[in-house]
Amino acid sequence: MEKKKIPIGSIILLTIGGVMMVFPFLWMFSTSLKSGVDIYNISLIPKKATFDAYKYVLENTKFLSWFKNSLLIAGITTISVLFFDTLVGYTFAKLEFKGKKFLFFLILSTLMVPTEMLIIPWYMMVNKFNWINTYWSLLFPGLTSAFGIFLMKQFFEGIPNDLLEAARIDGLSEFGIFWRAAVPLVKPAISALAIFTFLGNWNAFLWPVIAVDSPEIYTLPVGLALFSGEAYNQWNLVMAGATIATIPVLIVFFIFQKKIIEGIHLTGLKG
Amino acid sequence: MKLTIKGRQAMWAYIFIAVPILFFILIRIAPTLFAFNISLHEWDILSQDKPFVFFDNFKTLFKDNIFKKAMGNTVKYVFIGVPLQLIISLCIALLINRLTKGAGIFRTIYFLPYVTSTVAVAWVWRWMFMKQGGVINQIITAFGGTAQPFLDSTGQAIYVVIANIIWQSIGFNTIIFIAGLKQIPRTYYEASSIDGASPWIQFWKITIPLLNSTVVYLVVMATIQTLQVFTQVFNITGGGQGNPGGPVNSTLSLVLYIYQAGFMNNKMGLASAATIILFSIIIIITIIQLKFLTKKVEY
Repeated sequence: MEKKKIPIGSIILLTIGGVMMVFPFLWMFSTSLKSGVDIYNISLIPKKATFDAYKYVLENTKFLSWFKNSLLIAGITTISVLFFDTLVGYTFAKLEFKGKKFLFFLILSTLMVPTEMLIIPWYMMVNKFNWINTYWSLLFPGLTSAFGIFLMKQFFEGIPNDLLEAARIDGLSEFGIFWRAAVPLVKPAISALAIFTFLGNWNAFLWPVIAVDSPEIYTLPVGLALFSGEAYNQWNLVMAGATIATIPVLIVFFIFQKKIIEGIHLTGLKG
Repeated sequence: MKLTIKGRQAMWAYIFIAVPILFFILIRIAPTLFAFNISLHEWDILSQDKPFVFFDNFKTLFKDNIFKKAMGNTVKYVFIGVPLQLIISLCIALLINRLTKGAGIFRTIYFLPYVTSTVAVAWVWRWMFMKQGGVINQIITAFGGTAQPFLDSTGQAIYVVIANIIWQSIGFNTIIFIAGLKQIPRTYYEASSIDGASPWIQFWKITIPLLNSTVVYLVVMATIQTLQVFTQVFNITGGGQGNPGGPVNSTLSLVLYIYQAGFMNNKMGLASAATIILFSIIIIITIIQLKFLTKKVEY
């Protein structure tokens, strides 16, 4: 092995790449602060920084509602997925019952089906049951996930049976065993699943752009896309919208980044 | 009625999974079967009459030049995008893995695009690659190059979209690669160094074979994701005054085609047939890749 040399070459290469990773964010933020012809200026620093674009976006669009909608949809979906997927994953990992193999296969088989194949039937369902322009139309497709069930089953299988048996002898109900004895042992996996589910739903675009057509109920990606299409060529406005959509997620990411990256490690290794 | 311990456990098991199983049947499995049914009909959502047309929708698709274009573009997205994103990510992972200090900072920086809104960064990309006034062209001309048409060009637009996909996916792949690299015991490298193996040989004889399962996982994930590319194409080349499929449909992806057929032109039967083609491709590719790549590790 080499002695502890500082790998200067690696650092230089990574820094160049890093600039390319960060530059679009800087450019986005910079443009959002510019106005007039300055927008087309190559300088990263605005001649005269102004928050007018933000003011315009917040006053003339329903950005805050879109933000709230996205938060709500992603939040409820995540809670639902966490509850059902841990419970079902645990059941398939630790309880014995007839038809277990078949039912698990049934759930897993749905992983092969791409969302695109389902959106047309879903759209017809939404029309038939009059769910159009409701939160429910955005929520219902994601309430549990086969991927999460598979993931949680993998993790629950690692828990020794003796531990659960002991809880059973202590007189805990079956749900109590799951909730009090099993769940605390797979917390890292649960937070990984939470992060994936939240990010996935926060970013979801294909189904929301189809399911809703009333601006009150847009999610942030849908609102941002349609607003940007209209504000086309007023790049300071488009970039202000993009910044509002990006910054909160970045803040959350910086707070939880260790957990997020650990979570990806974890799921990547089990997946 | 008295239940045995086993019987009681089974009863609770059924209670626990009842709602989710119902969900999967109603929201996933039934719609899947229904999609097959729609694909065999001429299905206009506005018309009462939905005649059974057997495989006509599939025949129409394979005669449709725009569909062929969308398929060709999707092949480009996958065959250019996936290898590039994995090679770049592996390089970054190897570089970060060599650092003793500062690895965390670089990991964070490269991961940033992955957590940000795809729609938002797609619009940033669109702005940066504007033919006139876009910062990339300004940088090119500042260094004495000629401005490129980028999104206005039938040849270049798709590569701008691919670049965006790569940029956003590097973070995830890099994290998984680093996790894979960390699992390779250092002693393998130490032992082979004593035997006189160069880093290049070590890379091909130790790193790559032992990283095989990671590579398989990432190739399959990235391929399936790229096959379904939609949001980036829609936002980078669509919206406003643009044609969602880019100039002369040069960026049109399979899923965007499905979206346009089903929800713009109300041809649900045709769109469903296209989703079934996508479904078949995903299944075939998954099987081929798993077989092909897991075999490789044996020798």
